[in-house]
Amino acid sequence: MAGREKAVKVGGEGVQLLQGTLDMIVLRTLEAMGPLHAYQIATRLEQISDKLLNLNQGTLYPALVRLEQYGWIRGEWGRTENNREAKFYAITRAGVKALAEEAARWRQMMGLVERLLNEEFQA
Amino acid sequence: MRSIRRTMRRVQAMFSAERADAEMDRELAAHLLLLEDEMMRKGAAPDEARRLARIKLGGVEQVRTMHREERGIPLVESLAADARFGWRQLMKHKVTTAAAVLSLGLAMGSCVAAFRLVDALFLRPLPIANADRLYVLSRQVIDPRGAPHSSDLWAYPDFVRMRNAAGNDAELIAASYTDRYDLTYETDEQMEKAYVQYVSGWMFSSFGLRPSLGRLLTQEDDRTPGAHPYAVISYDYWSRRFGRDPKVIGRTFHLGEQVFEVVGVGPKGFTGIEPGTATEIFLPTMMHRWVTRDDASWHRTLALVRPGSAMEPLRAKLDAVSRGFETERSKTWTGMPPQQIAMILAAKVLMDPARAGVSTLQDDYRHAMAWLGVLVLLVLLIACSNVANLMTALSVSRMREMALRVSIGAGRLRLMQMVMVESALMGLMAAGLGTVFSWWAAPMVVRLISTASNPVRLAFITDARVWMMGLLLTLTIIVLFGLAPALRASALQPSMALRSGAQPQGTRRSMYALVSAQTAFCFLVLFLAGLFAVTFHRLSSQPLGFEPKGLLLLETDSPHGQTPEAWAQLGEQLRAMPGVTDVAESGWPLLSTGAWNGSISVNGGPPSMTLGYFLTVSPGWIGTMKMHLLEGRALAATDTFPGEAVVNERFVKDFFPGQNPLGKTFEKTGDGRQKCRVVGVVADTPYRYLRDETLPAAFVPFRQVDDKGIVQREWGGTFVVRTTVPDPMALAQELRRKVASAAAGFRVSNVETQQELIDNQTVRERLLAMLGAFFAGVALLLAAVGLYGVLHYSVMQREREIGVRIALGATAGHIAQIVSVRAFATVLVGAAVGLTLGLASERFVASLLYGIKGTEVSMVTLPGVVLLLTVALAAAPAVLRAIRIDPATMLRSE
Repeated sequence: MAGREKAVKVGGEGVQLLQGTLDMIVLRTLEAMGPLHAYQIATRLEQISDKLLNLNQGTLYPALVRLEQYGWIRGEWGRTENNREAKFYAITRAGVKALAEEAARWRQMMGLVERLLNEEFQA
Repeated sequence: MRSIRRTMRRVQAMFSAERADAEMDRELAAHLLLLEDEMMRKGAAPDEARRLARIKLGGVEQVRTMHREERGIPLVESLAADARFGWRQLMKHKVTTAAAVLSLGLAMGSCVAAFRLVDALFLRPLPIANADRLYVLSRQVIDPRGAPHSSDLWAYPDFVRMRNAAGNDAELIAASYTDRYDLTYETDEQMEKAYVQYVSGWMFSSFGLRPSLGRLLTQEDDRTPGAHPYAVISYDYWSRRFGRDPKVIGRTFHLGEQVFEVVGVGPKGFTGIEPGTATEIFLPTMMHRWVTRDDASWHRTLALVRPGSAMEPLRAKLDAVSRGFETERSKTWTGMPPQQIAMILAAKVLMDPARAGVSTLQDDYRHAMAWLGVLVLLVLLIACSNVANLMTALSVSRMREMALRVSIGAGRLRLMQMVMVESALMGLMAAGLGTVFSWWAAPMVVRLISTASNPVRLAFITDARVWMMGLLLTLTIIVLFGLAPALRASALQPSMALRSGAQPQGTRRSMYALVSAQTAFCFLVLFLAGLFAVTFHRLSSQPLGFEPKGLLLLETDSPHGQTPEAWAQLGEQLRAMPGVTDVAESGWPLLSTGAWNGSISVNGGPPSMTLGYFLTVSPGWIGTMKMHLLEGRALAATDTFPGEAVVNERFVKDFFPGQNPLGKTFEKTGDGRQKCRVVGVVADTPYRYLRDETLPAAFVPFRQVDDKGIVQREWGGTFVVRTTVPDPMALAQELRRKVASAAAGFRVSNVETQQELIDNQTVRERLLAMLGAFFAGVALLLAAVGLYGVLHYSVMQREREIGVRIALGATAGHIAQIVSVRAFATVLVGAAVGLTLGLASERFVASLLYGIKGTEVSMVTLPGVVLLLTVALAAAPAVLRAIRIDPATMLRSE
């Protein structure tokens, strides 16, 4: 039975993602791009992160389950352009609201961390 | 909000796990295909593309696990999985599992049953408002030999003084022993029995009780002797006897010469203050015939101490008052040895908590219950070590599986959890079985200690306490037998999966240690059971000096008194009935615990310190009882008391040692002086209790005369009827009717057989003997199974070694020795420890024994022999198996 590390380990020379961060990224991606399946989400993440977030695509799944259970995204089976079967995830209204809150909190946090770091350098 | 929603989803997910798994597999498969497409677009060959896709996804199995953990509640799910797996494991070894569950279940059930008995008898507070402040008063005297004797009976005038003295510190309540009386709501023809208790009128209000119907007794009902013929009946009695008829209020019943009116029904659940006896009718103490007598002690005194009152000053105050009362009273005593008077006056008043009530049943069984508890616990320990060994053997046989689990990454805690879940499953099954068993066993014990004339009524209330106790017990035993195997499983190294046959020596050592402990406990159980069995045997088969078979006893009242001639005449009429061969009269039956005693003075000497027993009997009594007349003659119709007496051997030994007693005279002192001449000597018989050492006894004529030589009327007596029928009780109704019709002025108050009276006195010993034998059987069986299991396991482990030895020419005897020597050594160590424990405990159990000592050789050797035989029997299959090992097959298979 595998361990239960909560932080998602990403790539080799790792950026370690804090818990919740992945959730926010997924939500934001779905909000911006419309319904996507897991492969698309993963590919999109790779693209925008300049391969810095070179994650095992499987690590997306716990986040997807979690978000679905929160009721922030909804999955539905559909077909890709190449007529392959895939489950498409769409952000829900609750998800949009949650993303807004999460983003606001994230910005606050970033601001705080930024200030702290700057202060230290001045000192 | 969102976490609540998520938790709900997670719980839901646990129940649709299969569907979710399928869905996830479908999604992962699709994902892989998409990745493969990508790889192929980038130019990889199909096989390579598939490989790369998998790498990119990152291990399908891991993703699935992560998915599952995220989806459901991992701990619960893994527990459920373990339970399923554990169940399959247990079902694989059905016989072993059944044996373990059965033995544990029996032991646990016995434990819970014992707890329920102890709870009902000693622990459960009375259903009254202030049970915690309730105390019972008793007096303790120290006899010349230094042994304490206490009595909780008081005379009412003494009680009144103490109540006044207690004042505001405590409310004192008088309550007679609850007794079975004959009474009738209709005519004398329809006599019935009911449990009656005389209580202070203010008892109900002091206890904060409310009537279910009508009113309860009050202070006003307890003011003037004989003036308050009112009765309160218990709710239970109202339900059983009257079907909860509200018209019961105002009904009257006759009790002796008095007529009582039912004024109310007590609260539901209140059946008096004596656990073991359910009081049905409460009467005011003022209606008791001895309420004004200062020389009759007949009721208990309870004290409801006011909150905040100090106990010791209160006790000292009551002590002083009671001593003052006795001192005043002692001035009228004549013919008592001064040491005896001094002893009585030195009595100390004690106050003991009575929150669970007070009853003679408690006194009789306090010690016995404690020892039953010990037996039960020992059996539980034996069962636990058995199952621990079983689990160890099982887990060792699964060591490869476990080691494999470790090597593919199972955590230690996870393995422990798995083994513990299996133990818990077994524990829970045993608990279920135990629950059923205890529900049957506790009332069964009550039936065992009940007799026809003295049924025991205990309320078994199943409340949170009983469940808590059961739960605690279950958890304890699960930890007891499950923890060691779990720890062992968690300590496995992955490398062990690869090695074969390598057996940690420690496993076997710990198994033998447990067998040793088991043997010790088993020996102790056998030892105690043996003592109880011999006690019962000696007590019930001791020579009685008379023939109880076929004797029917009619306790009879004559409310206005009747002459000895009238009694004799009625006796003759009874003798004429079919099935009756002989009839005689006595004051009361032997062994009915009724007693009349007094000091004895020979040749005008000082009164004796030892008291002798007296009993009034009719001339034919010695013959009817079939007692052995050793010297002289039986009593004659013209003999009187004072005047003539037949004495027992002990009497002669104590007062006329080495002389011919016939014609000698003695005086009974204590209550005046009555002179008697010895006309005959009979063999010793027990008088009051089977267990008592024989005391001097004098049988004096039923015909008593006063100072002026006037023959006295008798108010009560017992017709001793010798019958020829196998069940004398069959004649009871007819004889009753005969007495009622033959002569006016006689009334049969109670019918019983002499055998019943004897059996009544061996109830506790019979209970201990029966349960002792039962537990001894269970303990032996468990120990045998345990030893068999361990030997079997050890032979399996050493098959190769034994095979080699046989190949090298070892004889069967030699192999048997190798296999069993350690087992026997283990058992011997265990037995020695058990013996030591047994001899150490003998001192504490002595008060329950009769005619036997733990140090008697047979008491020690018998359990030893039984144990050794059992061990030999249990060891035989494993030894045979070892001898039959075929070295060729053995070595080939390696």
